[in-house]
Amino acid sequence: MRDNHPPPPTSDDDHRSSSLPDLARGGQITDSSSSKTRPGPGSSSSSLPQPGSGSELQAQFPDQVLENVLENVLHFLSSRRDRNAASLVCRSWCRAEALTRSELFIGNCYAVSPRRATARFSRVRSVTVKGKPRFADFDLMPDDWGAHFAPWATALAQAYPWLEKIHLKRMSVTDEDLAVVADSFSGFRELVLVCCEGFGTRGLAAVTSKCRLLRVLEVVESLVEPVSEDEVDWVSCFPETQTHLESLVFDCVEYPVNFEALEGLVARSPGLKKLRLNRFVSMPQLYRLMLRAPQLTHLGTGSFSDSEALEQEPDYASAFAACRSLVCLSGFREIWANYLPAILPVCANLTSLNLSYADVNADQLRSVICHCRKLQILWALDSIGDEGLQAVATTCHDLRELRVFPVDAREESEGPVSEVGFEAISKGCRKLESILFFCQRMTNAAVVAMSKNCPDLLVFRLCIIGRYRPDAVTQEPMDEGFGAIVMNCRKLTRLAVSGLLTDRAFEYIGRYGKLVRTLSVAFNGDTDLALKYVLEGCPNMQKLEIRDCPFGDAALRSGLHHYYNMRFLWMSNCKLTRQACQDVARALPHLVVEVINKEDEAAVDDIELLYMYRSLDGPRDDAPQVVTILH
Amino acid sequence: MATLLGKVQNDLNLKETELCLGLPGGGGGGGGSDQVETPRSNGKRGFSETVDLKLNLQSKEDLNDDVKNVSKEKTLLKDPAKPPAKAQVVGWPPVRSYRKNMMVQKVNNEDQGTEKTTSSTAGGAFVKVSMDGAPYLRKVDLTMYKSYKELSDALAKMFSSFTMGNYGAQGMIDFMNESKLMDLLNSSEYVPTYEDKDGDWMLVGDVPWEMFVGSCKRLRIMKGSEAIGLAPRAMEKCKNRS
Repeated sequence: MRDNHPPPPTSDDDHRSSSLPDLARGGQITDSSSSKTRPGPGSSSSSLPQPGSGSELQAQFPDQVLENVLENVLHFLSSRRDRNAASLVCRSWCRAEALTRSELFIGNCYAVSPRRATARFSRVRSVTVKGKPRFADFDLMPDDWGAHFAPWATALAQAYPWLEKIHLKRMSVTDEDLAVVADSFSGFRELVLVCCEGFGTRGLAAVTSKCRLLRVLEVVESLVEPVSEDEVDWVSCFPETQTHLESLVFDCVEYPVNFEALEGLVARSPGLKKLRLNRFVSMPQLYRLMLRAPQLTHLGTGSFSDSEALEQEPDYASAFAACRSLVCLSGFREIWANYLPAILPVCANLTSLNLSYADVNADQLRSVICHCRKLQILWALDSIGDEGLQAVATTCHDLRELRVFPVDAREESEGPVSEVGFEAISKGCRKLESILFFCQRMTNAAVVAMSKNCPDLLVFRLCIIGRYRPDAVTQEPMDEGFGAIVMNCRKLTRLAVSGLLTDRAFEYIGRYGKLVRTLSVAFNGDTDLALKYVLEGCPNMQKLEIRDCPFGDAALRSGLHHYYNMRFLWMSNCKLTRQACQDVARALPHLVVEVINKEDEAAVDDIELLYMYRSLDGPRDDAPQVVTILH
Repeated sequence: MATLLGKVQNDLNLKETELCLGLPGGGGGGGGSDQVETPRSNGKRGFSETVDLKLNLQSKEDLNDDVKNVSKEKTLLKDPAKPPAKAQVVGWPPVRSYRKNMMVQKVNNEDQGTEKTTSSTAGGAFVKVSMDGAPYLRKVDLTMYKSYKELSDALAKMFSSFTMGNYGAQGMIDFMNESKLMDLLNSSEYVPTYEDKDGDWMLVGDVPWEMFVGSCKRLRIMKGSEAIGLAPRAMEKCKNRS
């Protein structure tokens, strides 16, 4: 929910397509510029020898060739997939590419060391680093597991003093790390922290006070909690003069901000387009801010409620009407539904609406959604019910992404959304590309319908909250539904399954899910065959996260040919033994195989968690005690 | 008799004869060969020798059977409505706790008038719970419980070898009885501690329940002997309060 136009609803996986036979066989990453092997793990680093020093480089290169390459080809390459391909042509192309790459993407912070990454790419302006795997969000990993930003901060500070942008996801970031960032990069412009933790307002203040050219500061779904006396008024730390701010996102910060300072800041930030407030900003305060910034395109409304009943309430609708460029609305953290009609003036232009913190019912939703003809992204709570979904289906024919979250996530409860609303969506929103849907009941028929009505689906994530729940009408497993999805949605790259599934569902996935890169499995499947189907059948699989499934050692071994192609494999509470994991570690020396034992001391050979990933730099040295790295 | 060092043999004896704590499937464990396919298996830990008091969790065996039945028969399940286990499954459904927190807050805000309102400005009711020696952190939603006893029961389910010490009538540690407190802290029993709003680590139970929910930032279950360092500060703070 960060962009003006809907981002392509794919994950940020590397677009790798074929396997690496040499790696699987020999266990060695070949070091040859003429071979067809792809560079190794992680982002785009390879094991090719590092380029020599500057003067050596020039001596080896005919200037003309280098100039041509740089100007004519590499100049136009922005996608990292293209750049990776270019870097494989030959050593000189590899070096030239390394010199011209300005955006560095590290998909797994442990796949490559900061030193290696910065040594290869010398002119980087923007860095993205991702840390923990997604299942860490659900308390399935120890709190101190790792993904520390600190070593990266140090390396980046040394290598790229001109660095402008840092994007982090699921990293452990401390206030000290943020201070390093603030101190090290005089031209720093953009900090985006997604699902990070470990820092507080003190770190934010370091950035706001020292990064005078800051354009973007976004703290998204990150844990920023009050730490008593250590609270700092970070908003007041922005420079007193006009700022360069274009985007300020702090909706997840769980601490009140200094409103006067915020209002002053907005007033002196003429370039501000994106503003997402936290729940401590009330409706009247929002009103004042909107008056100051009618140029906003993205607005997170804060609490959207008022703790006191004012004598004369401002005309909230007029504030919205004044924001003629508004295309993306979110927030509504503590919504008073009476205020919802205030957004009506902007509905016609809205492309993105996030009501996923707003407990609104079908009628309340309908009153606004019926005007949102251009809507492409909708996030909502299941409080809208099947009726609400029907209302969406009736109007939002351009919808690309839908997420429906549960108000009550318990397994025993009756859910307000079901296969009825789901199928309605499929009929009304034919251009759907991405769906995340939590429900208590579903049928194969509805899922099959969606597979046929929405062939453009790229991301299909269905979460039937009750584990092992079959088709609500036929009592059959949900195999046919998910099978139809992989069969009919030819572009599918991300899939999350749920409900009662037998091995058959996975047979379908293996047979038809040829483009699937991310697969999430939980409480499904019967035997090792299921996992085998997937590992043998899905050549593009990159991120495989499995929990509580009866998959064991034989299944694990069936993926040996493929693990070097993947970003990671996660298997928790399955049927793996330590020995099998050990065997994998020995067979694939460039894989880091991390295991955590089951708590029961009697079951020493049983593994609670297997998390393994390719790495150029071997086992990390910052693993907590509970993690064992096998070799 | 169990010793402080806990020999393995004693472990097994204890397991077989006593009603155990822990989530279904893990209780007892026997020789470990009978592992049931449970959502989360929690075996008996090696520290079981420290457990003298057992909280009497009713129908533990029933829950075990429920889970066994569902796992084996899940493909024949006619009635889909029967949930496998009443215990909480870690991390399921996959809704991030941040989002869950928001929902809880919402409920609290709507209940402004009632007694059970907890401090909703503290940023959510989910607090992390760590236990020394356990590989995982858990999170508990303090607003789900109305008393220390309920919290104690919930923690007991999560950490199989944990019990809360002698809590007296209102569930508050009798700070005035120094010797009782010292007994508790000298034992190798586990004692829950918490970090309060000021960043101080206190013994759980020193304030009324509502106040505790409002000021608790995180929980840590440690051995009594380690918690002894907290006692003087905790007692002083308590005295200052009263």
